[in-house]
Amino acid sequence: MKHSPDERGFFGKFGGAYIPEMLQANIEELRENYLRIMNSENFQQQFHKLMKDYVGRPSPLYYASRLSQHYGTNIYLKREDLNHTGSHKVNNTIGQILLAKELGKSRIIAETGAGQHGVATATVCALMGLQCVVYMGETDVKRQMPNVLRMQMLGATVVPAMSGNRTLKDAGNEALRDWISNPVDTYYLIGSVVGPHPFPDMVARFQSIISEEIRWQLKEQTGNGLPDYVLACIGGGSNAMGAFYHFIEDPSVKLVAVEAAGLGVDSGETAASIAKGTEGVIQGARTMLMQTDDGQIIEPYSISAGLDYPGIGPAHAHLHDIGREIVIDATDKEALDAAFQLTRLEGIIPALESAHALAGLAKMKFKSDDVVVVNISGRGDKDMDTYIKYMSK
Amino acid sequence: MNRIDTLFQQKKNNVLSVYFTAGHPELNSTASILGELEASGVEMVEIGMPFSDPLADGPVIQDSSSKALKNGMTLKLLFDQLKDIRKDVKIPLLLMGYINPVLQYGVENFCKKCRETGIDGVILPDLPMDIYEESFRKCFEDNGVHFIFLITPQTSDERIRMIDSISGGFIYMVSSAATTGAKSTIAEKQIEYFNRVKALNLKNPLVIGFGISNHETFASACRYANGAIIGSAFVKMLDKATDMKSDIRKFVKEVLG
Ligand SMILES: Cc1ncc(COP(=O)(O)O)c(C=O)c1O
Repeated sequence: MKHSPDERGFFGKFGGAYIPEMLQANIEELRENYLRIMNSENFQQQFHKLMKDYVGRPSPLYYASRLSQHYGTNIYLKREDLNHTGSHKVNNTIGQILLAKELGKSRIIAETGAGQHGVATATVCALMGLQCVVYMGETDVKRQMPNVLRMQMLGATVVPAMSGNRTLKDAGNEALRDWISNPVDTYYLIGSVVGPHPFPDMVARFQSIISEEIRWQLKEQTGNGLPDYVLACIGGGSNAMGAFYHFIEDPSVKLVAVEAAGLGVDSGETAASIAKGTEGVIQGARTMLMQTDDGQIIEPYSISAGLDYPGIGPAHAHLHDIGREIVIDATDKEALDAAFQLTRLEGIIPALESAHALAGLAKMKFKSDDVVVVNISGRGDKDMDTYIKYMSK
Repeated sequence: MNRIDTLFQQKKNNVLSVYFTAGHPELNSTASILGELEASGVEMVEIGMPFSDPLADGPVIQDSSSKALKNGMTLKLLFDQLKDIRKDVKIPLLLMGYINPVLQYGVENFCKKCRETGIDGVILPDLPMDIYEESFRKCFEDNGVHFIFLITPQTSDERIRMIDSISGGFIYMVSSAATTGAKSTIAEKQIEYFNRVKALNLKNPLVIGFGISNHETFASACRYANGAIIGSAFVKMLDKATDMKSDIRKFVKEVLG
């Protein structure tokens, strides 16, 4: 497919594998095996069975009539929030855990921001009986406590990352350092379409089930499988890539990614990596990232732990670069308001991350006969503290 | 001739190399640390270019890097600090860091500046071999700057030979599967790996780094390679130094034994 990377993992000028020699053998093992394993009949069978019976897929595509009325268009919500563990992250962890087992790995490590990927990883490790260590920035440990407790109940060890802003990027750094120090038995189960090749491509393929379903569900409901718009929030970019994947080659479908603006794109407290980023290398991939003139990575900020990342998956940087993907942004406050709006209009409490995608609705101009799909990447249980505080203001 | 090549032509054993992070402990301590290291008998130095997200580094060098950045260190400033260094310091000097700051500085500019300053080699662990060959090699070679590759216990013999064929100066043999950080002993398994690499009879000298911290580890590393690099242990010492000059001399003296 056109949007697959080249042999060395480049999407146009973005991607690749900028890794120290210490990770070379592990990355090579993955690169040489991931497609073969993923495409094997046995793997496909196990993956789809778990997706159906364990995760609860397909996730519904729901016509949100009151929200549609409010925006004067036709809005469908892709309900990834209804997946087991509460977000899209589990699509990827099921895929990667099967891969790790096939490679004979016994110890799983992961990074997490909001804790959704950590929970989804701890869950599949419990399911497969594998040891699990999750790195989580200390800041995020505090703001996503329910997920920390869930991971612990699932048997995972949660290690607070103490460097930088103590958020998602720092958790990723610690996971990579762990992998450097444990190169033989350990599998790094990365949580988004970021990092060195082949991770961005692998995670995109696992998440692509989202757009695969949207296509047939929409066709079933409207007679036409092609929406006019697909909106998704973007941290590293895995739920967005999953929701876009099977539409990339249909130019009539506008793909809209919503970044976290934090306190505002120009406030200095933001995580809008496309709006504020320049080209560089972060955690093994060449992509757009927020950095100083000296090439130091700028600490990001967003109220949403899952979007609080200074880079973006290389495939998104590429799709944006060639004009295929529209990137907009939403502030903390806009996201909070959008979360309350969805809750009151549809009775669905979204994750703060997904609330950014919803906030994107107000920034676009839709026609009354447009079909707009919004990916609700996760549910809001983990964000109740933040929501309650906002409500009482 | 490149100073690294001259060094290894003249001396095949027990070459002591030291790493420290530029801008740490003080913003302007770079030149005086270099002078003191040379005076103490250190034969080669890696000057760390601090980076915000040093993936391959353990806690000590992470800490020195973030302190250096807080002090205001930048790559531009580092080249300014080193502008006249060749008036005093004669031993080979290398820059070590991560690819992103170098990309922002501009690779051409960086290589040119290395030549003008008298930098003999560069170590960028996260610049992979294929991308080096494709887009960087010419620039480094045109400017007479050696690009130093790392090998680890996981690197296959075949890949080591490939690395040997495209590198110059020396090969940086990472002592174990780990990030940088001091260890007090060398384990049996590491010795197997050192012997395996030694038996390959590579054209480039071998220098062992990561985990070398004192006389004992330095001396045992030197049994299997042409020299060894001390990083974290030296950086940690600098952090606590009360009189930098005499503390550096004392440290080096103890390592040389
Ligand atoms: C519910 C939810 N949505 C989105 C994200 C952002 O990740 P990505 O951009 O990879 O989809 C997260 C990350 O933690 C999340 O928990």
